[in-house]
Amino acid sequence: MAGDRQKHIRNFCIIAHIDHGKSTLADRLIEKTGVISARDMEEQVLDNMALERERGITIKLQSVKLEYTAQDGQEYVLNLIDTPGHVDFTYEVSRSLAACEGAVLVVDATQGIEAQTLANVYLALDNNLELYPVINKIDLPSADPEFVKKEIEDIIGLDASDAALISAKEGLNIEEVLEGIVKYIPHPAGDEDKPLKALIFDSFYDSYKGVIAYIRVVDGVLKPGMNMRMMSNNKEYEVVEAGTLKPWLNPTGLLMAGDVGYVTASIKNVKDVHVGDTITDADNPCKEALPGYRKVTSMVYCGIYPADGADYENLKDALEKLQLNDAALLFEPETSVALGFGFRCGFLGLLHMEIIQERLEREYNLDLVTTAPSVIYHITKTNGEKLEVSNPTNLPVPQEIEYMEEPIVKATIMTPTEYVGAIMELCQNRRGTFRDMQYMEEKRAILNYDLPLNEIIYDFFDALKSRTKGYASFDYELKGYERSDLVKLDILLNTEAVDALSFIVHKDKAYARGRSMAEKLKEVIPRQMFEIPIQAAIGTKIIARETVKALRKDVLAKCYGGDISRKKKLLEKQKEGKKRMRQVGSVELPQEAFMSVLKLDD
Amino acid sequence: MGEKMKEVGLYIHIPFCRSKCLYCDFNSYPCREDDAPEYTEALLRELHAYQERYNFVYKTVFIGGGTPTVINCRLIGEIMDKIAPRIKAGAEISMESNPGTVTFDTLKYYRSLGINRLSIGLQAWQAELLGELGRIHTTEDFLNAYNWARESGFDNINTDLIFAFPNQTTDMWKETLDKVVSLGVDHISCYSLILEEGTGFYELYKEGKLQLPDEELDREMYRIAVDTLGSNGYLQYEISNFARKNMECRHNLVYWRNEEYLGVGAGSHSKLEGKRFWNYKDINRYISLAAEGKLPVEGQEELSADEDMWETIFLALRLNEGLDMAGFNSKYGVDFRTRYGSQLKKLAAQGLVFIESDRLKLTKKGIDLSNSVFVEFA
Repeated sequence: MAGDRQKHIRNFCIIAHIDHGKSTLADRLIEKTGVISARDMEEQVLDNMALERERGITIKLQSVKLEYTAQDGQEYVLNLIDTPGHVDFTYEVSRSLAACEGAVLVVDATQGIEAQTLANVYLALDNNLELYPVINKIDLPSADPEFVKKEIEDIIGLDASDAALISAKEGLNIEEVLEGIVKYIPHPAGDEDKPLKALIFDSFYDSYKGVIAYIRVVDGVLKPGMNMRMMSNNKEYEVVEAGTLKPWLNPTGLLMAGDVGYVTASIKNVKDVHVGDTITDADNPCKEALPGYRKVTSMVYCGIYPADGADYENLKDALEKLQLNDAALLFEPETSVALGFGFRCGFLGLLHMEIIQERLEREYNLDLVTTAPSVIYHITKTNGEKLEVSNPTNLPVPQEIEYMEEPIVKATIMTPTEYVGAIMELCQNRRGTFRDMQYMEEKRAILNYDLPLNEIIYDFFDALKSRTKGYASFDYELKGYERSDLVKLDILLNTEAVDALSFIVHKDKAYARGRSMAEKLKEVIPRQMFEIPIQAAIGTKIIARETVKALRKDVLAKCYGGDISRKKKLLEKQKEGKKRMRQVGSVELPQEAFMSVLKLDD
Repeated sequence: MGEKMKEVGLYIHIPFCRSKCLYCDFNSYPCREDDAPEYTEALLRELHAYQERYNFVYKTVFIGGGTPTVINCRLIGEIMDKIAPRIKAGAEISMESNPGTVTFDTLKYYRSLGINRLSIGLQAWQAELLGELGRIHTTEDFLNAYNWARESGFDNINTDLIFAFPNQTTDMWKETLDKVVSLGVDHISCYSLILEEGTGFYELYKEGKLQLPDEELDREMYRIAVDTLGSNGYLQYEISNFARKNMECRHNLVYWRNEEYLGVGAGSHSKLEGKRFWNYKDINRYISLAAEGKLPVEGQEELSADEDMWETIFLALRLNEGLDMAGFNSKYGVDFRTRYGSQLKKLAAQGLVFIESDRLKLTKKGIDLSNSVFVEFA
């Protein structure tokens, strides 16, 4: 039974397209309810990592309990659950949404609905959330709130007549949003007397307390001293501490049905705490877990190597530390003839990969060489054996392969209609299969394509942006695996294959890729003391060839008089450049060569 | 005073020029000769300070620039007076000059001061190319300067030449070499054009108005110089330097053998007692510091043993005599062949170095790619 207590709780999240002002609105709500005084508040408290702030996106979830006295004179607890705003983190978003009864839908008054808005709206509707629309940035000269309202009604089918018109940046009409949350978002209706049932929607690692799980209690009560059980793996722990998020940890002794908060239980490994899992009382378990749990799967893989082999252990430590808070990050040791000892790492998607690489370089001060990203291919060998391969080097020889399958994603691209042609051409080039197209209104369309994941992990985002002047938005989810005619393309330098440069590509695109790869490498490989043939090969067949001419002159035929320091500086600079090179067989390769496969225009 | 005598090379910088050549990035200032008396006074103060402090004996002297011959020759006389008591008997005393800034009388005067080696900037024989380089003299000016120098008693004359600059053909380069060879100059420096920031050429290059010869042509011209001069009795003793027997520039050998030298004047560099240090480049700053009785030193670099070893190696490898490995071992207390074993093996396999009578030397290919060789030892 939902007691009176739960009637004064609202659990909600904010959904929006990137840059539509989600974090700014969150800041204003926090400020307005006085959780943190405006003066103490750092801009955008929910985005607490420097990198997140720079990119304007939220990677790690944060949640906060707001206390608000509404116009009806009653006090309400508003639990704001932040969600990451990117396609790579769809599953995490869906679990955050599952912890709420409703969502504030923020739409930019100057931009209208975007692909990501829609993707999140669908996720919210899947989770039966009540949507409360808010139109942001009404202070901007190009704001057209009436148009946006109509869009919300036409496209989402949501009544937008009561939408709040706000400017989060200017702090305009924030009160109305708080009232709207109380008014339009349903209160939780759990049963405190039933066995404990709580949803884990995030976790992070604390070196003193162990794993801290962010939870939403659906039914029952959770309190210190009780034995809790993770229903996915049946692991049991004694609850040490429970409390609310202010957003810092605020121990309250117990959490009851309808509450959002955290729990600690001296859990050593973040891998034992799965987002989406259900916590129950080990001594009085609920019968069924909450629906929707699944293990996160890595979609994109790449090799990460220390630029300086001596940093291998440091890289390992850094990955381990990052993994403490990021169960979606996978890594295992691998060796490359060209790059030495490193790790094959798995990520949720491209953005996740970039973020991890940047954090390794920035927060752990590591100089890295990364190989081109790859996906997992399913291989069925002629002897019936099945394999999953993410590193092209591990692909069996062609004679042993019966067939290969590659991951296909369902891609949703939202675009102004004038770019439809350009996008179709791009998707065609990327082996896309057209599904359908819907006009949202006169000027905007949604294109649905099935695309091989390996075609979008290179430079699809960039290509899409440049073809649509940045107006198109893009979202994808895994559809499944399909048989495909794939080949491994090897790159030979001075007749030796460089394992870290091999990649898997569709047969029809192998020639073009091989050629542009060879051309690109010719640009990035500095001339050396001998001529370097660059060859692209499928098996033993050479499909492209370029040559880096030998260096003929590297001499200071000049009089510097006694200014030896100057001469030395020039040589030192040369030496520095050399240090950033990788010796691969007889050839010195600059680090960017390994990523150059990413920047092939087609 | 009273310390042990220390033999060093002495470099004296005269930062004045009539005009700035398009390729030049040396510390020189056109049209400021009026500052020369004050500058000379500062130079004398600086020299005095060092001569008070150390018991130097100058085994070589080099008066460079700029163009030392653009200032009143009496000022050179004052400088020579100041250092004369410290100059070792028989020392090489060089001075740089440019055609058009000397006369028979001034040259005779310089010779009377004890200056015994004259360097004349020619750069190219062809009048049209001299204009391209921003030189202000004619071929005739050069011939006059050369003949007057001989007549006034200079029996050790160098000319500086440049190759691989815009519009210079291999035939022009050959002509230049032939002409200086037929004149019978004693020493020839051949520098290939290096585009340096802040030069007139660099600006032209940035504006896309400069067509530079490619590496192939550069190396062809270099090969022509080595062959032409070699067959005419000039021994190559350094990457860019050629001389008749026993006419090598002893002052420059001090640099390449990583020996000690004192540099005075604006922007000059010194190496003494394991340190490299250098003066302020700006003339006014140099003068005012000297007037305050301070040494005009801008910065210094203490050399670690490793750095000193590296410098010794790359400087020595510029010389055809190469690096004396036994000498290196006794100077630094290491075994060269062990310490640099992997580099030696690699470089020898690449055909860049070879060993001859316990000396490490560059091959012809090694000269062309000498920087790549040097960095291996860093």
